[in-house]
Amino acid sequence: MKKLILSTAALAVSAGVAFADNHGKTVRLGTEGAYAPWNFVNDAGEIDGFERELGDELCKRAELTCEWVKNEWDTIIPNLVSGNYDAIIAGMSITDERDEVIDFTQPYTPPDPSAYLAMSPDVDLENGVIAAQATTIQAAFVAEQGWTVVEFPTPEETVAAVKSGEADAVLADKSFLDTMVGSDGLVMLERMEAIGGGVGMGFRESDAELRDMFDAAIQSMKDDGTLNEMIAKWEVASQW
Amino acid sequence: MSCLQTIQDYALRSIGIGERLLPRTDFTLCEQVTLIGSGMIWNIYFGLIAIALGFFAATGMALAKNSQNKWLQKPAEFFIYVFRGSPLFIQMFFAYAVFVVLKQNMPFFAPFTSAWLGATLVLFLNTTAYTAEIFYGALQSIPKGDLEAADAYGITGRPRFTRIVWPSMLRLAWPAYTNEAIFLFHATALVFFSGFPVWGQRGDALYYASYFADKTFNPFVPYPILAGFFILLTLVVITIFGQIGKHLNRHLPQAAIRRPNFLRTIMR
Amino acid sequence: MFSYCTDPSTLEGLTWLSCYLTTGKHMGFYLSFVTVIVLLLITAPVALLFGFAGASAARSRFLPLSLLGKTYTAIVRGVPDIAFFMFFVIALDQAFEYLRHKVKCPDWSEPVRQGNDFVVCAQAKLPLSTSPQWVHETYGFALAVLTFSIVFGAFAANVLYGAMRAVPRAQLETAEAYGMSTRQTFWRILVPQMWIYALPGLSNLWMILVKATPLLFLLGVEDIVYWARELGGTKTARFSDYPHGNWHAIYFFGLLVFYLMLTSVSERIFKRITRRLSHGQATAAGEAQRKAVQ
Repeated sequence: MKKLILSTAALAVSAGVAFADNHGKTVRLGTEGAYAPWNFVNDAGEIDGFERELGDELCKRAELTCEWVKNEWDTIIPNLVSGNYDAIIAGMSITDERDEVIDFTQPYTPPDPSAYLAMSPDVDLENGVIAAQATTIQAAFVAEQGWTVVEFPTPEETVAAVKSGEADAVLADKSFLDTMVGSDGLVMLERMEAIGGGVGMGFRESDAELRDMFDAAIQSMKDDGTLNEMIAKWEVASQW
Repeated sequence: MSCLQTIQDYALRSIGIGERLLPRTDFTLCEQVTLIGSGMIWNIYFGLIAIALGFFAATGMALAKNSQNKWLQKPAEFFIYVFRGSPLFIQMFFAYAVFVVLKQNMPFFAPFTSAWLGATLVLFLNTTAYTAEIFYGALQSIPKGDLEAADAYGITGRPRFTRIVWPSMLRLAWPAYTNEAIFLFHATALVFFSGFPVWGQRGDALYYASYFADKTFNPFVPYPILAGFFILLTLVVITIFGQIGKHLNRHLPQAAIRRPNFLRTIMR
Repeated sequence: MFSYCTDPSTLEGLTWLSCYLTTGKHMGFYLSFVTVIVLLLITAPVALLFGFAGASAARSRFLPLSLLGKTYTAIVRGVPDIAFFMFFVIALDQAFEYLRHKVKCPDWSEPVRQGNDFVVCAQAKLPLSTSPQWVHETYGFALAVLTFSIVFGAFAANVLYGAMRAVPRAQLETAEAYGMSTRQTFWRILVPQMWIYALPGLSNLWMILVKATPLLFLLGVEDIVYWARELGGTKTARFSDYPHGNWHAIYFFGLLVFYLMLTSVSERIFKRITRRLSHGQATAAGEAQRKAVQ
C-alpha cells in the first residue's frame, strides 16, 4: 500500500479524478525489445511496436507516468519479482507455470495459434528438426511431441536457422512469423497449434493494486474498441 | 519419485539416454543436481578433446614461432595474436555465423554448425594459441647449460628435441599450462551461450542451469549448483595435472619442488 | 542525421550507408563502446582494491582473516565467471536493498520475502522508483562494475599475494633492523616494491578483463554485443527503413577488430609502464637501466 501513496506532486501534470492518488507515480514497464511486431527497437533506438503503443495508452488511462526498460527474455521474470521494474509487457502468454510466480492482468489479445514457417509447404514435422526460441512454450511443446527441437537464444536466430537449412521449420507465435512470410522463400504451414493463453501484463503477486489499475485500463480499452483498432494496426492477433 | 530413480532417468540425459522429457513441474533439488551434472558431460567432452589435440598443435605452433624461418614464424605469430587478442565469446559467435554461411555453399561444412564439432574446433584453436604462447615462453627459458651439454654429447636433430628440449619445455611450462587447462574447462560453459544451438534439449551444464532458473524463476539454486560442479572439476584437473607435473620433475632434487598450491595454480 | 536521409529506400551505395550508419540505433551502438571502455577504466582500480584487501587478508597472521582471504580467491577462481554473472547482479541488488530496508524502515511488519516476491519498503528501493531513467542505468552500471570487481579482485588478490612474497626478504629484514614497525615495513617497504613483481600478472589480468567484457550484457548493461546482435539481425521493411538480411557476421567481425586493437594498445602501454617501474628497483631490469645512465 505504501508504494501507491508515494506521490510527488511536482511531477503530476494531468487532471484526472478517478485515480487521483497516482499522480506522479512512476511505473517501470519491462519488455524485451526483440519481438516485432509486439515490441522491438526501431531505427532511432527506441522501443516501438504494439505493446509500446498499448502500454503508453494504458498508462495515460490509469494516469501513471510510465518508463520503459529493456531486459533479456531469460531473466525477465526474476527481475520483476526482485523489483527492478513493476510490470512485464512483452508478448508474454498467460500460462499456469508463470501464473504461480507472478500475477497476470486479463489478456489484452485473444489466444492466438502458434504457426510453423518452413522453406517448403510439405515438410515432415515429425521426423524433421524444429527450431524454437529457448525456454518458450513452443520449445516445450515440440519437445513434448517427441520431435527434434533445436533451441536458439533469440527469435531472430530461429528463423535464420530455417533459412540456412539448420532446421526444417520454426514454431512461434503466428503474428511474429507473419512478418517473415515471403522473405527468402519462407512459407507458413497450414497446421497451427493452439498452445498458450492470451497475452497479458505480468505483475508481482504482492502488487495487486497496480495490477487492478492496469486491468481496469485494459477493460476500458476493450469496451471502447480502441484495443481492437490497435490490434488491427499492428496485426498482432485476432480481434476481440 | 525417488532420487535414485531421477538419477537413472536423467544422469545421461545430456547425451540423449534416459527419460526424453525434462521435468516440467515440482522441481526437486535432486533433479536439478542430476541434470546439471549430466550437462557436465558436454563440458568435459569439449575440454578433453580441445586440450588433447591442442597440446600437440601447440607444440608445433610454439616451434614455428621460435623458428628462424620467416614463413613459419610470422603466420604462427599472427595466429597466436588473433586468438589471444580477442574474446572467446566473440570468436564463438563469429565462427558460428561463418559456418552457417559456408554450409550453404559447401555441404562439407554441414556438421560444423553443431556444437560437437564447430565449438570443439573453436575451443581447440583457442587453446592452441594460448598454449603455444606458454610453450614458446618455456622454449626461450630452457637453461643454456642443458642445450650446451646436449651439444657436447653430440646429441642432435630429433633426439635432441625429444630427449632434451621437449621435456625441459614441458617442465617449465607445466604450472602455466595447468592454469590454461582450468580456464579452458571454464570456457566450455560459453558454447551454448554464443550462437551454437541446443539440439533436442541436450545441452551443457549451463543450459540445464538456465533451464531450471527459467522454470523455477529462482536463479539462486541452479547456478550455485553449477558453480559447485565446476569447483569439483577444477580440483580434478589440478590433481591430475599435479601428478603429471610431479612425474616431469621426478629427476630433480625433491625438496626443490613445492607442493602445487590450489591458489597459485589457477592463474592464467 | 543528414537531410537526404528522409527516404532511405530511394538511396543507394555510400549515401545509403552514410544514413544507415548514423541512425539513432547505431549511435547507441557507438556509445556502448564508450560504456565498455569506461567500465574497464573504473573496474581496474576497484578490482585492484579488492585484490589488495584479499591479498592482505590472506597474508594476515590472524587465522580467520587469512582463511577468509584464501577462500574468497579460491572459490571465485574455481568457477567460470559466467556462472557468477548469471545471478550476482540480482543477489547484490537484493542484498543492498535489504540492508537499506533494515535501516530505513525498522517498523515494517510485512515479510521481505512474500512467496517469490522480494518486497522492501519504497524508501529502501535502489534506486527509488521515482528516480529518472539515467539513475537506474547508472545504478545498473555500478552493479556491473562491482560484480566484475569482485570476480577479478580474486584474481588480482592472487597476483598481489605472490608479488608480496616475491619482495626479497633482505629488504624487509633491513627495515626491521632500522627499527620500523610491522605496519611501517608493510606500507613503506613492501608495498612500494611489490608492484614491479605484480606487473606481469596484472597486465595479464587486464587482458583477461578486457576479454570478459562481452559478457556484460548478462549483467543488464547494453554493451557492444547486445547492439551487434540487435543491429546484425534481419530487418524487414515493415519495421525498419533500412531492411537487410542477417549481418551478424559483419558486425561480429567489427567487434573482433575492436578487441584486437584494444589488446594490442594495452600491450604497448604495459611495456612502457614496466620500463618506468623498473627504474631504481633491485631487479635485473632496474640494474640494466642504472648502468645505461652511467
